[in-house]
Amino acid sequence: MTIAAISTAVGEAGIGIVRISGKKSLEIANKVFKGNKVEELNEGHSKRLVYGHIVDRENNKIIDEVLISFMKGPHTYTREDMVEIYCHGGIISVRKVLDLVLKNGARLAEPGEFTKRAFLNGRLDLSQAEAVIDMIRAKTDKSFETSLNQLEGSISAKIKEIRDILLEMIAHVEASIDFPDEDIEEVTYEDLEERALKVKEKIEKLLETADRGRILRDGLNTVILGKPNVGKSSLLNAILRENRAIVTDIPGTTRDIIEEYVNIDGIPLRIIDTAGIRKTEDIVEQIGVNRAKKSVEKADLIIAVFDISRELSDEDFQIIDIVKDKKSIILLNKIDLPNKFSKSYIQSLIGDKLIIETSVASGIGVEVLEKSIKDMFYSGEVEIHSDTVITNLRHKNQLEKALENINSALNDIRNYIPIDCIEVDLKNCWDNLGEISGETIDEDILDKIFSEFCIGK
Amino acid sequence: MKEIKKFIAGDYDVIVVGAGHAGVEAALASARMGLNTMIMTMNLDSIAALSCNPNIGGTGKGHLVREIDALGGEMALNIDRSFIQSRMLNTSKGPAVHSLRVQADKKKYHIEMKKVLENEPNLTLRQAEVIDVLLENDEVRGVLTRTGAVYNCKAVVLATGTYLRGRVFIGEVNYESGPDGMFPSILLSDALKAKGFKLRRLKTGTPARVHRDSIDFSKMEIQPGDEEIIPFSFMNMGKDFNIKQEPCYLTYTTEKMHEIIRKNLHRSPMYSGEIDGVGPRYCPSIEDKVVRFADKKKHQVFIEPEGLDTKEMYVQGVSSTLPEEVQLEMYREIIGLENVQFMRSAYAIEYDAIDATILKRTLEHKEIKNLFFAGQINGSSGYEEAAAQGLIAGINAALNIKGEEPFILDRSEAYIGVLIDDLVTKKTDEPYRMMTSRAEYRLTLRQDNADLRLTEKGYKLGLVTEERYRRTMEKKKAIESELERLKKVQINPTKENNQILESLNSTPIKNPMTLYDLIKRPELGYDILKPLDPDRPELLREIRLQVETEIKYEGYIKKQMMQIEQFKKLENKKLDPDLDYNEIKGLSNEAKQKLNDIKPDSVGQASRISGVSPSDINVLLIYLEQKRRKERKEVNE
Repeated sequence: MTIAAISTAVGEAGIGIVRISGKKSLEIANKVFKGNKVEELNEGHSKRLVYGHIVDRENNKIIDEVLISFMKGPHTYTREDMVEIYCHGGIISVRKVLDLVLKNGARLAEPGEFTKRAFLNGRLDLSQAEAVIDMIRAKTDKSFETSLNQLEGSISAKIKEIRDILLEMIAHVEASIDFPDEDIEEVTYEDLEERALKVKEKIEKLLETADRGRILRDGLNTVILGKPNVGKSSLLNAILRENRAIVTDIPGTTRDIIEEYVNIDGIPLRIIDTAGIRKTEDIVEQIGVNRAKKSVEKADLIIAVFDISRELSDEDFQIIDIVKDKKSIILLNKIDLPNKFSKSYIQSLIGDKLIIETSVASGIGVEVLEKSIKDMFYSGEVEIHSDTVITNLRHKNQLEKALENINSALNDIRNYIPIDCIEVDLKNCWDNLGEISGETIDEDILDKIFSEFCIGK
Repeated sequence: MKEIKKFIAGDYDVIVVGAGHAGVEAALASARMGLNTMIMTMNLDSIAALSCNPNIGGTGKGHLVREIDALGGEMALNIDRSFIQSRMLNTSKGPAVHSLRVQADKKKYHIEMKKVLENEPNLTLRQAEVIDVLLENDEVRGVLTRTGAVYNCKAVVLATGTYLRGRVFIGEVNYESGPDGMFPSILLSDALKAKGFKLRRLKTGTPARVHRDSIDFSKMEIQPGDEEIIPFSFMNMGKDFNIKQEPCYLTYTTEKMHEIIRKNLHRSPMYSGEIDGVGPRYCPSIEDKVVRFADKKKHQVFIEPEGLDTKEMYVQGVSSTLPEEVQLEMYREIIGLENVQFMRSAYAIEYDAIDATILKRTLEHKEIKNLFFAGQINGSSGYEEAAAQGLIAGINAALNIKGEEPFILDRSEAYIGVLIDDLVTKKTDEPYRMMTSRAEYRLTLRQDNADLRLTEKGYKLGLVTEERYRRTMEKKKAIESELERLKKVQINPTKENNQILESLNSTPIKNPMTLYDLIKRPELGYDILKPLDPDRPELLREIRLQVETEIKYEGYIKKQMMQIEQFKKLENKKLDPDLDYNEIKGLSNEAKQKLNDIKPDSVGQASRISGVSPSDINVLLIYLEQKRRKERKEVNE
């Protein structure tokens, strides 16, 4: 069955692409396309751009002026014959072209179906297919790059590196067991320990990136905390003004929680503006307060805002308590008004935390804040570009399992447990890692993955 | 060839062709399951011949012997009657890989097995050369012998070993021959070919046999047997063997010897290309070793007795295809063999084998009903591997005739399951040897618990005697109750108790602990904690061992059980044997071809076919899932 869909985001854009994949791609394209110089598209046009018009042959009406490209399988994304029609942007034109394509024999693609076909036709291995899903879901450019990296197999390469060490260990253990009479080198516990440590370190290093990966994909969970009227909403607005807001998830009153996605130099932030933390009888506000406390628990970063023009209140002290042992930045807002306490006083209360003096209303200090946020999470942007970053929860879970198994093996090695027992953990670890790259078959894997396809495009 | 006059010579249920290790187990299993069985061999003096090394067991192989025993086979019992040295290998490693290996008295092994066959009711022994298997509509009807005798039968097990178109190579000399001077079986090979069987050539080799009196043992390291003899058969556990064990000897090759080999390499048919057959990598000839490990200055050589009533000694590690005069010259450069006298030369033998992927996991041919194959003809090597296949083939031949469900062991149940699954799934291009590393679940597939795993199955088949069954059940019960007891025995942190612990190099306890948990400590074990356990019942060694293993390795065994569960999931996803894999989109071309070739019975088996990648398996899983959904939808409509 030949499928088609709009492949670009819905909205204002310069061009919109309608994609067709399947045996009848070329046939359908020729039914809707009329070239200026080219009479009929054929295989000779594969991977060339052809200029012309999309024409509804029923009434000979021109729908759009387009570039069209036919790509002969199997060297295409789905490994099937494909056609891409580059239309003028805007929902109406693209939609009309798609409708015409569907009328001429294609079926509307299900979400993720192009990728699914790519996967089923062997174009992508599992980890690559997932990266595509991630790419589709990436909320910022930076995330997009990470997904792209994974797509090119950088995760597979790292995983392979670790698996190679494990394989060597296992092979050595096996040889010792199966050929006790041969004068081959017996496997030593020291040697096993050394290699297991190497495996452990490498897994840990990959895992470290997993949190960052999540941040890249979902946005850094940033909570703005402060009692009413310290300037939280102004702060949020100031950040939004300077940066491109992406999604507004939950509109609501100031008593509720406001979530905004914002992109600071490529780092996605999911900013949560909370209602003030204070004891309240108001039910609506109570809900807001409880949710604020919950958000604090899940926060990657807290921005605590204090009003320097007012004396510190009980609520402020409560906030100080909350942020003390969390990753946080302290804002002393309304610095342009007469100060009621000093920066050093609050520093003495809160310990070794970054304190920034701001006047959000007049735009003072917002840039410093943004720069500090970046600095806190990435020591240098270069690293983000070059690192393999685990952005997928399934990968992370498998890595965690692998770590657990190698730790268990390491523990046994240090206790001189017989090598055939140690090997159980080594093999498990090997399998865990293999499941990330799809080299080990996990019967449940597919359910997990294909449930994700429905989210993608 | 002149047309032979045929005559009907008899009627049997099952006929086994070949009386090597595969043949005898097949025949005994069939006869013991109540079927009128005949075993045919070209020479009754070669029954259960140990034509190569004089050992039974070893890593992986020992596991097979125990499993054969647990199922009611004969190999373990027979070697217990005829061994002259016994050693448990790998004792420094965990219990799962402890491996029993013994030296056999070759003649005695043969004589004892022949007696067993002769005394078996339902079993006829016949010396004759089978030259054809008679088929009718792709079903077995009988066999034809060289003298024209036609024996009608319902099932045939072919266990031809190295006899089928056997050809012996010694340097430039080669001739048609069976092993060790026996006649080869040529006509049967012709007949099989005429039936369209694709036969391939495999190769194996054996070293020279030398005269004991010509060896200088003073230059060698003596290798005695273990003080405590552990028998192979579960039926003999606890039995006092009281034999004087024969030692083996370890010595080494020399640079000078390697030099001779290198100089004469061109005279080896392996290197001149005269042998087409593929030999096993793990059992290389001395030429191979010297070529492949050129930087190694010496290789091990074991000198082993062939039996008590002979001065022939087996020179393990020096199998060769070099010319006789070169053999003698180079053997004399081995330390201690300076004046060695040959009694039999080393030789290589090439023989016909089938590609076992044409077989079901019952070892029955996929298309020809009631035609079974076992042993080296399936591409395996080794006495134990052969015996294991013989047993399974014999059992299933009997079950087929009785119209009962086939008997298949899977990879999580037995080494036998691993062996057969590998043979019928993977296209092996060298003779297949069992190794523990081939078994994914070896912590649970121990040689010490083979009876607990398999005896009940053997009993249900009618192969296991009442006595064996009762023993196993009693053992099971004793283990369980002892485990329960140990969970209840509490050790208090008294001064005396802690003194005992300290004397065992173990940390004192601060809180009460059960004996069960104490045994788990790496430095402790069941036996050495006896001082803390005055009420301990007297238990057999094998039971104590089980108890300790179950406790000490509980965590690992649990992990392995989880792996097994995962494995079973794929194993239970059945594939239709008539499935046309060309119809499944997304499979690689190689996978399509391999899957169509082998027609695996489950996704699990498919995943073990080389050339079928995990992506292909994912495609299969998706296909099955789609099919399931479609069928469900149809049912709902």
